[in-house]
Amino acid sequence: MIEIKKLTVNLGDFLLDGIDLGVDKGEYFIILGPTGAGKTVLLEAIAGLHPIKMGEIWLDGREVTKLEPEKRGIGFVYQDYALFPHLTVKGNLLFGLKQRKWPKEERGRVMEWLAELLGITPLLERSTDTLSGGERQKVALARALSTSPQVLLLDEPLSALDPQHREGVQQELRQIHRRLKQTIIHVTHDFEEAIALGDRIAVLGAGHILQIGTPEEIFRQPNSEFVARFAMTRNIFTGEVRGGDGGPAIIAVGGTQFEVVSELRGRLHASLRPEDILVSREPLISSARNSLRGTITRIADRGATLYLTVSTPPDFVCLVTRRSFEELGLAEGGEVYVTFKASAVHIF
Amino acid sequence: MVANERTGDSSRVRNILRWAVQRRLTITFFLLGMVILLFIFIPLGKMIFSSSPATLWDTLLEGEVRSAIWLSIYTALIATAVGLVLGVPLAYFLARHSFPGKRLVEALIDVPIVVPHIAAGIALLFVFGKGFFVGSAFDAIGIDFVFAVPGIIIAMIFVSVPFLIDSAKQGFEKVDVRLEKVARTLGASPWQTFFRVSLPLARRSIAGGSVMMWARSISEFGAVLVLASHPKIAPILVYDRLEEYGLDYALPVATLLIIICIGIFVVLRTIAYRGERA
Repeated sequence: MIEIKKLTVNLGDFLLDGIDLGVDKGEYFIILGPTGAGKTVLLEAIAGLHPIKMGEIWLDGREVTKLEPEKRGIGFVYQDYALFPHLTVKGNLLFGLKQRKWPKEERGRVMEWLAELLGITPLLERSTDTLSGGERQKVALARALSTSPQVLLLDEPLSALDPQHREGVQQELRQIHRRLKQTIIHVTHDFEEAIALGDRIAVLGAGHILQIGTPEEIFRQPNSEFVARFAMTRNIFTGEVRGGDGGPAIIAVGGTQFEVVSELRGRLHASLRPEDILVSREPLISSARNSLRGTITRIADRGATLYLTVSTPPDFVCLVTRRSFEELGLAEGGEVYVTFKASAVHIF
Repeated sequence: MVANERTGDSSRVRNILRWAVQRRLTITFFLLGMVILLFIFIPLGKMIFSSSPATLWDTLLEGEVRSAIWLSIYTALIATAVGLVLGVPLAYFLARHSFPGKRLVEALIDVPIVVPHIAAGIALLFVFGKGFFVGSAFDAIGIDFVFAVPGIIIAMIFVSVPFLIDSAKQGFEKVDVRLEKVARTLGASPWQTFFRVSLPLARRSIAGGSVMMWARSISEFGAVLVLASHPKIAPILVYDRLEEYGLDYALPVATLLIIICIGIFVVLRTIAYRGERA
């Protein structure tokens, strides 16, 4: 669908060097990399908005490397939305549609359909500077979709949003991807975002693609320090979240289930920091809602602290100090309880 | 009772003193600002009120005066229109591209503001007089500059277009490049992007610059005097009357000119900055 071959872009201080990527039709593809890795420029290069030094870009079997941006059929959403401030929401949505030689009613219909799709119909007459971050993002998405792009490029679409809006827009992205079978390339520095949304993830670092794979692969066998360091600091689970019977939400991961705090339901991800888990030899009586029994399968010694892998299953990585480790007399194969608060689990 | 009142008074005085000390920067700046404001307003006000309305009306009925004022207004308008067509593209180019020598170009654009306008007029005379190929080329197609309306217009353009270019450039610099990039991904060509995004977003700066250019054009004297002291634009008419008949004859014309200029300036500024928040 979209193929990037040996793409080289000069970024001034460094190069994006020999980027090779293939994104399938209808795929949600994430490019994950730290801030300053050149992610935005990579997207601009794909869209034809940034000059490239070398390489080729193919879209649906057609080479577009030298094509002007307006002829590529690529939609773009910038991190801070870049809505046209001199136009209303409606004007923004119609901007791309006006480029087409369609009858006026047809354009209006598409515009209304897009507004409906993103739930921004009540905002159509508003000026863009009266919108909240989440609303702006939806308008920017609708505007980018107005030209029916073959690929939609999203530059950190969630990072400028506060946490409440982030969840909503994330749902919106999922919905767009599923309903429209829209091919999406989304760049982010946020792991949870990458895992939550990506069919596949490419890890970008130091100007190169370091790893491409499914979220599971990237996360379980990271080959970059950037990912590995993150992977060490999070327990990530995939499971089914459902409402408890009148009680708190519950996530079922494999055969185990535990309580979480979230309004989201369905197949989702959960993350839990190793330092938020208490390890004890006996079941704890505390306000923490979750206490699971497991076996220590691995111990990683970090000097003053140790990372224990406790298999309940699933595996929980827990952080303990050396002092606690010694006082509790923990050892590989030993049986322990892992205890954590429902609110320490982040569902995404 | 009496003692109380006295302490009340002295504490009030102390409060005022403290207030004055705390705001000494504001007070100092306010006083200095008043001096310069009065310096601007008193001569203008004195002039406007020193001619009786009847005299002004009589002056306005003179054909020579009316045609001079009308000539000033429309030559300044044409100068501004030419400035828009030629200056705005340059402003956009400068706002979007960097190249070696850009600083130099930007400095050159502002040179007409700093040179004495008599000298600017002489420079223009050299180029647009028939002794130079530019002048003779225009002469071949029937356009004369010396002692002719086109001469007035180019003198006005020369000395006032920097205001428009600078203002338009600042306007374009404030337009986020990413808005233009997004427009491209939405199918707009570079031309459409310019006319549908960049230009509307810079319109206030361009309008403001146009008002400045027009105002500066209408007040031009030195460069026009050298190049085309005839037909007479209003400032030259004022000067002629001052030279030939003295202050009493020059004053009403000058007053009329000021009143009309202020009027048009206020109207144009209102239009140019319409809708802008304070």
